[in-house]
Amino acid sequence: MKLHQLSLFIENRPGHLGAPLEALAAEGINLVTLSLADTAQFGILRLIVRDWERAKQVLERAGWVVNVTEVVAVDVADRPGGLAEILKVLDGAGLNVEYLYAFALRREGKSLLVLRFEDPDRAIEVLDAAGLHGAAAEELFSHLP
Amino acid sequence: MPTTVPTSDHRIYDPAETLPRPELAALQLERLRALVERVAQVPFYREHLSRHDIGPRGIHSLDDLRRLPFTTKADLRQHQPLGFLAVPRADVARIHGSSGTTGRPTFVAYTARDLQTWSGLCARFLVAGGLRPEHTVQIAFGFGLFTGGFGLHYGVERVGAAVIPAASGNTRRQLDIMRELNPEVLVCTPSYALTIADGARELGIDPRALSLRYGHFGGEPWTEDMRREIEDQLDIQAFNNYGLSEIIGPGVSGECFAHNGMHIQEDHFLVECLDPETLEPVPEGEPGELVITNLTREAWPMLRYRTRDIARLWHEPCPCGRTTRRMSRVAGRSDDMLIIRGVNVFPSQIEEALLRVEGTTPHYLIEVDRPGTLDKVTVKVEIRPELFSDRMDRMQALRERIAREIHTVAGIRAEVDLVEPRSIERFAGKAKRVVDRRKLAEA
Repeated sequence: MKLHQLSLFIENRPGHLGAPLEALAAEGINLVTLSLADTAQFGILRLIVRDWERAKQVLERAGWVVNVTEVVAVDVADRPGGLAEILKVLDGAGLNVEYLYAFALRREGKSLLVLRFEDPDRAIEVLDAAGLHGAAAEELFSHLP
Repeated sequence: MPTTVPTSDHRIYDPAETLPRPELAALQLERLRALVERVAQVPFYREHLSRHDIGPRGIHSLDDLRRLPFTTKADLRQHQPLGFLAVPRADVARIHGSSGTTGRPTFVAYTARDLQTWSGLCARFLVAGGLRPEHTVQIAFGFGLFTGGFGLHYGVERVGAAVIPAASGNTRRQLDIMRELNPEVLVCTPSYALTIADGARELGIDPRALSLRYGHFGGEPWTEDMRREIEDQLDIQAFNNYGLSEIIGPGVSGECFAHNGMHIQEDHFLVECLDPETLEPVPEGEPGELVITNLTREAWPMLRYRTRDIARLWHEPCPCGRTTRRMSRVAGRSDDMLIIRGVNVFPSQIEEALLRVEGTTPHYLIEVDRPGTLDKVTVKVEIRPELFSDRMDRMQALRERIAREIHTVAGIRAEVDLVEPRSIERFAGKAKRVVDRRKLAEA
């Protein structure tokens, strides 16, 4: 249920988002999903890729500052209230979601979300106890082309 | 064999360091008069003195210093080589030089007596910082035209301690020497002290376990944070000293165990602290440009030499017993000084603020604009792995923290821009830290 997420610091200027993506493309690394948090001056690009260690190496070698975070992938029923149910469980346990974004991948009537917690292991315990399941990295990536 | 290494030692090398103020002032006046007489040997000064009809008999008090002309680095360059020599060439015993930032050295000369004076001045601050005749001192300064190596060398000998003239560079060799000869004292630039600590760790040696107990550092500006860093990494007491070759070399001032400012050797130097714009004295304790007159140098007298170094001067009794005025660390160069909305700001202050946030100084650039009527300062800081978080709230907090530290240290509000690694241009020599676009707009 835990995934390794790469975060990159990029300046908010033309061309600065494309450059790291091109570096990954040149190495044949495909993006599974991504999110971008931005301010007027800089942004934080967060990436999920299959081979995160290689991707990190490629990016660092090219000069980017890369940060690795463990995030939690959670299945969400693709119907009204699906996400609200999960958040209720997390709120009940006093867990704060630092940020979240969705996976492009959708399977068996379920969407997949990436959630960032201060303490991912505790979040997984809480979700497990509530019968909410996430996808293991291997299972998840097996659905990808 | 262990030698004595007290944590505080108020020994005084020369009784002149504790002269009562009135006696000191009388000695300074006498020496100033003699100096005015001697500088008539230098055409540059002779011309000024005769134009303003100033002679030794016209010097009635130390305030008359203000009637004497300033001397700048440009004046020295214009009269190279040795245009300020005040004795016959045959009386010159040594020539040193400073490379400055332009590459061509400016030469300065010493008589045999100047060299005696100089070693005595170095002996004073070395003893103020704990040096005793039974100690061994490793000097990792360059020995050459640069005054650091030879100045300290003869100062250590004067005290009667043993010198290891290891010279600069080759950190591995420095450490080998240190481990075989167990010096108690290290002399080098502050940054090289940290390089030595790093080098030790790389070789699997605990730098704190080395024999060093005291360090005398100078030759470049440094900060209090750097002192703590050096003292902690090498388990020593670090002492600051100040000097410049145009005046004499190291020995103008140095710290005692109070570690609260450097005692100026006022029987040999008159030090003024002036506003670099108006050239009027700043109030005691306020930062200003140090302007130094060397009272006793025979071969190379300097009247009111504009050092461009910015520091604070103050006078208060010191537990060590010295009666001299003290000066702060050099906070910057008046050439680098920026006036932001009326506040004097030095790049070194921004550097200190960044050091407080991260523990090390990242690459940064200060940009000054005047979009309307008010100055706007933007400090660009390259992001580093230790600073980067995937969480936006932490990144915003980092920006705010840097801005807050800049405000605390430099007293100005600055916009902080976090930028990508290696996006700020690198320079081989001295880094360019300031882009002031206001000047372009006025021109």
